[in-house]
Amino acid sequence: MNAQTSILLKARRFRWWEPIFWILAFVAPLALPSHALIINEIAIVALFAISLDLILGYTGIVSLGHAAFFGMGGYAAALFAKHVMPDPVVGLAVGIAAATVLGAVASLTIMRGTDLTRLMVTLGVGLIMLELANKLDWLTGGADGLQGVVMGPVLGKFEFDLYGRTAAWYSLTVLLVFFLIARRVVQSPFGATLKAIRDNRLRAMAIGIPVTAKLAQVYTLAAALAGAAGALLTQTTGFASLDLFEFHRSADVMLILVIGGVGWLYGGILGAVGFKLLQDVISSVTPQYWTFWIGLFLVVLVLVGRDRLFRPWTWLGAGRKSGATSSTGGH
Amino acid sequence: MLTILFDGVAYGMLLFILAVGLAVTMGLMNFINLAHGAFAMAGGYITVLLMQRLGVPFLVCLPLAFVGTALLGAVLERTLYRPLYHKAHLDQVLFSIGLVFMAVASVDYFVGSTQQIMQLPEWLKGRTEIGSGALMLGMGHYRLFIIAVCAALTVGLQYVLTKTRFGSRLRASVDDQRVAAGMGINVNIVFLSTFAFGSGLAGLGGALGAEVLGLDPSFPLKFMIYFLIVVAVGGTSSITGPLLAALLLGIADVAGKYYIPKLGAFIVYSLMIVILIWRPQGLFVRKGGK
Repeated sequence: MNAQTSILLKARRFRWWEPIFWILAFVAPLALPSHALIINEIAIVALFAISLDLILGYTGIVSLGHAAFFGMGGYAAALFAKHVMPDPVVGLAVGIAAATVLGAVASLTIMRGTDLTRLMVTLGVGLIMLELANKLDWLTGGADGLQGVVMGPVLGKFEFDLYGRTAAWYSLTVLLVFFLIARRVVQSPFGATLKAIRDNRLRAMAIGIPVTAKLAQVYTLAAALAGAAGALLTQTTGFASLDLFEFHRSADVMLILVIGGVGWLYGGILGAVGFKLLQDVISSVTPQYWTFWIGLFLVVLVLVGRDRLFRPWTWLGAGRKSGATSSTGGH
Repeated sequence: MLTILFDGVAYGMLLFILAVGLAVTMGLMNFINLAHGAFAMAGGYITVLLMQRLGVPFLVCLPLAFVGTALLGAVLERTLYRPLYHKAHLDQVLFSIGLVFMAVASVDYFVGSTQQIMQLPEWLKGRTEIGSGALMLGMGHYRLFIIAVCAALTVGLQYVLTKTRFGSRLRASVDDQRVAAGMGINVNIVFLSTFAFGSGLAGLGGALGAEVLGLDPSFPLKFMIYFLIVVAVGGTSSITGPLLAALLLGIADVAGKYYIPKLGAFIVYSLMIVILIWRPQGLFVRKGGK
């Protein structure tokens, strides 16, 4: 084994803190039973953020319409539970399948153009899905939302309880499964090609990477993960509404990912924890105007520099360096 | 039918005035500014508040809205935007979304979340009808006014851009910033004045459009996609591109909402996606630019 392979293998090994982190996550609903609902929400949002990280952090596609897949998975799972069968795991699979199909179709739209074009197209897809859910009211309940979704017990054994403990464990398990899949994917040669595409698309093409095929694959995969997150949300709340598709959801998940760190799978999870706690604190102080503080936070975050805000020791000196590290964008 | 066309043209002209500043700044600085709508909203609120609270006449309010937002734009450009020109697009998107959130929440806090109603002067109310039957053309006076103002502005902009010295400096900076700076053009001043002027135009558009588009704190989010469509479809290298794109968008939107209300906004969004897949750089791109 030469030096390069051992470096590559080292990156794939589990760190000592990773099992501890997950054990703590799974103990949390038991230790803090009154916070099980928010733990459930954090797990769902974390899964959603990991899904965005695959395309934004690892592949460099700036998307403002990721909620399209979240909502698609959510509505598909809710409709399946209402009309076909209430089993959560099958419903989850249906939600993922629906979002995957949508992702495969939508991936055709992100192949060409600049960042602006992709921004527009992803935003457009998100808005079309919102309009669809709004206008197809015989199916989705329109603006009133889809009510009366009753879920069966998970695996036929664990009933969803009022305090959200089952929901939290269910979401955490799904999160762990998809996290491991995503971890495997980004450390595979496939993940390495994605990073090559992100860093320099032209050179990636020149060394023989089939860029469009890879983009389609990762976009579809990310859509599947987002669909799983959406399905979890509607299953654990028993309700699907237009809110699933709203623009602020796409913007929030981007913020979550940026808080935690882009291009790092734990970034999505830590960001989700940070964001939910921040939201909880701010909205208990000013329930109506908390978006102002989120906005201020974003502005400061960008002005200080995303990579520097959480490393206070870099604030002094080397102030000029941050400009040089910016990427050149896709051309 | 002609009426719908007329309304569409008025709507399109309004969108053009709102978005042209964005087109120029985006072409100039390659900066994705999602907060452009916030300037339009500022202009709208300046007008509405001046008219309601101080009783300033409508025609005086319009230039004030322009000047006010232009100043705001200049200050923000100098303090906040400039450090971000060379950052990644993701940073710019996050930053401008943050600005939008702040603008929405502050307006909500200071003015309230209700929709603002604008009192138009008497001579702008009413409607003239020409012809009859299918060819009847009903022109709301206010819409006629909008078309007149926007057409005059467009001609003026085109003149400034093609005939004056500032226009050639601006075009040179858009085409190649480094060479322009090397030729002795003070690119920073060009940026600053263009940004301020573009924001001012957005403010003017917001003031004019407050009655047609509706004005409430969610204005920047609601119309963000429309401005971006105009820019993305029209391209950023000329002003005829955004103008045609804005007219197309205005007519398609009004006609779509009138004839097939069930489909609503689908037509516009699908059209945009199709156009962008077909021509990712926009419909009307000048060859030879960067």
